[in-house]
Amino acid sequence: MSNLLDLLIAGLATGAIYAIVAVGFTLLWQTSQTINFAQGEFVMLPAFLMLAVMHAGAPFWLAILIGIALSLLLLGLGFKMLLVDPMLRHGVLPLAIATMALAIGIKEAAKQFWSAEASPFPSIIPGGDITIFGRVVALQSIGVLVLAILAVLGLTTLLNRTSIGHQMQAAAQNPTVARIIGVPVERMILLTFLINAFLVALASLLITPIYLAKFSNGEVLGQAAFIAAIVGGFNQVRGAIAGGLLIGVVDNLSAAYVSTQYRAAVPLVLLIAIILFRPQGMLGRPEERTV
Amino acid sequence: MTAAKYLKIGFGIVVIAALIIVPMNFNRYGLFILSQWAVMTIAAMGLNLTLGYAGQVSLAQGAFVGIGAYTAAIMTSNGLPLIGALGVAIVLCFAIGWILGYPALRVQHHYLAFVTLAFSTLAFLVFRNEDWLTKGIYGISNIPRPELFGYPTRRPLPFYYVCLGSLGIVSLAVWWLIRSPWGRAFIALRENPVRALSLGIDTRRYTLMAFAIGSALGGVAGTLYAPLTQYVDPVPFHLSLSLDLLMMVIVGGSGFFFGPFLGAMIAVLLPEWLRFTQGYYLMLYAIAVILLLIYSPTGILGILDRFISERRTKAASAQRAVAKAKLEVTP
Repeated sequence: MSNLLDLLIAGLATGAIYAIVAVGFTLLWQTSQTINFAQGEFVMLPAFLMLAVMHAGAPFWLAILIGIALSLLLLGLGFKMLLVDPMLRHGVLPLAIATMALAIGIKEAAKQFWSAEASPFPSIIPGGDITIFGRVVALQSIGVLVLAILAVLGLTTLLNRTSIGHQMQAAAQNPTVARIIGVPVERMILLTFLINAFLVALASLLITPIYLAKFSNGEVLGQAAFIAAIVGGFNQVRGAIAGGLLIGVVDNLSAAYVSTQYRAAVPLVLLIAIILFRPQGMLGRPEERTV
Repeated sequence: MTAAKYLKIGFGIVVIAALIIVPMNFNRYGLFILSQWAVMTIAAMGLNLTLGYAGQVSLAQGAFVGIGAYTAAIMTSNGLPLIGALGVAIVLCFAIGWILGYPALRVQHHYLAFVTLAFSTLAFLVFRNEDWLTKGIYGISNIPRPELFGYPTRRPLPFYYVCLGSLGIVSLAVWWLIRSPWGRAFIALRENPVRALSLGIDTRRYTLMAFAIGSALGGVAGTLYAPLTQYVDPVPFHLSLSLDLLMMVIVGGSGFFFGPFLGAMIAVLLPEWLRFTQGYYLMLYAIAVILLLIYSPTGILGILDRFISERRTKAASAQRAVAKAKLEVTP
């Protein structure tokens, strides 16, 4: 039973990171019909950018800031201007395929310019254990969980409580009407891309100390984020959060109780089941645009 | 028949003759690469049927090649003939493709991409973990090459002809299929599913059919892959093979009959020619694919198609201008 609690906490911690990535994924879908198959690689890359800056002699905190700034520039602005804007007129599918090509490109670039080996990455959360209610818990897990929850809370406050958030939602739900009532739709779309870039950089910062910086990290992370987004509900931010936490816990529990060999299979089976029986996801609304 | 049509047929005959005669003095490696091209073209043709003609994204074609390859490897290692393995692989991939297509009926088309992506990973896990069947990460080695009408095809050249011949048969079958009412139904499905349904096309059945036939062709490619490499392990059938096959179809030109031939040629041969770029090759390839997609989402043949139709309209408008001038002179 005590083992179960440890697994739950560790699962929630990784799940919270999946949730952050999945939220960015759904935001891009909502505002600009972008299915970003490179989302996993987007999480992998910022850690390498930070490592490169540190390699040049900068301290860790400066590397984090520069890494986030570079992510905003490359994965936010650059991604939108250079790939999404020119591709969007061709439709959802060609754009999705272009992001698959982008995923291959980013992965190979990280492998070539950095290394094919895994590199250690410092953690922003101090190591060690703390005792809560008489139980020893890794500080790392708690720290990740707290930071991820703060990020999600910050984002939902931004979306639901501020004027900019309302404008973003309007731009996502009905761009034509939003434009008529004076919402700068283009700027709002750009803002979503920047928010996604920030979220992936944050996720990168949190998950890389656990997984080590490796060029192939994106595959696992990307799949986990897609599954989280679909299981929770593709068109709902809170759906993506619930989906992320669920996938994190399911992943950890299946590693312990099902089999380590088929650990990766359990979330996939969950995904297929959800698509078959409740395609709008646990918390999502059914989408009208089925054809 | 017009001159252009004769030219096309003549060009086709020259290409086929070249594919038969030129490789005769190729070395072992050259023949291997060409055989690989033929095998990958078959798999890409199947995906082109699903993606290019019926408009359904599949990220599982690599898994179907894997299923075909393991079927061939397991059956022929146990002394069964390759042709039997081919039959089993086709039926197996068709059935799995049919079942996997069901989610596509319920939801928006991009969800099929996720379902097939999940299936691809699941298949890889089965190949790797079911030691009793697939020998796990050690793989199955010494896969025999078949004997055709009493001729052994152990040497590279005869086996290349086996691959080329299979490619020919599959090409003819697909050519016939896309010109049959079925093929027209597939295109209707891609262009406008609602209209197709209102015209009385059973869209459910044709979606499943397109997906299942495409998957079965993946199985055919797999049954040739196993005796070609004579060794099968899980690594080549990772998700990246499915992505590679998708890129082949896209780069060549999805929805064009010759798209997969061109795409597979680029994907298989270009890495050999671009050896000097070393590890940067895949990165450059990815960038080139993105640029190509931005310029022309229907691939290289799409550019060619656009160019030809532009020239035709120019020629037509020039003729119109001449005719108009004549009309103005005569009265």
